Amino acid sequence: MTGFTGAELIAAFSSLGAGIAMVAMIGVGVGIGYNAGKTVESTARQPEAGGALMRLMLIGVALTETAGIFALVIAIMLLFANPLMP
Amino acid sequence: MEVGPRIIFKVMGENVTETVVFGWCISIVILIFAFCATRNMQRIPKGAQLVGELLVGFIYNMVKDAMGDISEKFTPYMGTLIVFLGFGSMLGLLDLRPITADLNCTAPLALVSFIMIHYNSIRARGFIGYNKHMASPYLWMWPLNLMSECMFPITLACRIFGNIFAGVIVMTLVYSGLATASHALGSFIPFFQIAFPLPLNFWFDMFEPILQAYIFTMLTMVYIYNGTTTDEE
Repeated sequence: MTGFTGAELIAAFSSLGAGIAMVAMIGVGVGIGYNAGKTVESTARQPEAGGALMRLMLIGVALTETAGIFALVIAIMLLFANPLMP
Repeated sequence: MEVGPRIIFKVMGENVTETVVFGWCISIVILIFAFCATRNMQRIPKGAQLVGELLVGFIYNMVKDAMGDISEKFTPYMGTLIVFLGFGSMLGLLDLRPITADLNCTAPLALVSFIMIHYNSIRARGFIGYNKHMASPYLWMWPLNLMSECMFPITLACRIFGNIFAGVIVMTLVYSGLATASHALGSFIPFFQIAFPLPLNFWFDMFEPILQAYIFTMLTMVYIYNGTTTDEE
């Protein structure tokens, strides 16, 4: 150890943790892409149902996004409202 | 970097933050608009009355599409939610802090939605029917269903808060980066800020707020509708 204080170490590892937490966005991206792709497929098959499918897709996207938003909230907490910081 | 809402003044030791003051301002602006739009109404609408009628008609259609024949008594609450959240999140256009970028604004609204869902569910099904529905399909699913119901207001509050707050952080970083870039070119006026962030402003201050307000309202409507219909018996 080359003379880091505890607070510096906590700040450094909290930043690392915030970055790692955002890895959850991979799954969210895959999920939303799959959702939108299926909606496009269904709309191409039955164009008159487009409006209703669009509404359903928005709700599905919102529900999928929740996991990513939790990761984002945790990252924001680690960066700006860290409970471990002295 | 300070990201929380600033404290504007204190009343008897309680902090009154930007969120509260801007919330009052939005309420007053909406009230004044509604008051002005409904003075001397014409049969053929124009001006403020036309805008008001479009907005109210849109909200009534949206609630009717989602909730069917029980929509009439829920429409005022849904309209209040979507208008307040939409305008509250679009404050970034005026270079103010959006009020929904504060968990203290979104959590109470989500709590009100939560109480409304379960009050209407118990009233429509009766206490026995409500518990029977919570314990379906098996009895041991009751605590799991309770947990998933209790997660609903948390996810609802965190969703709009996370989206709008991420937008605030990105916009702050972009504006300070553009100011630094123009200072590096030796200018005291941050001229890069003039037109470059417009697409980002459009996305984070107009599209995201409308989408998130719509989703907040839509999820509340879907849950109330699912809680009050008794089609499975």
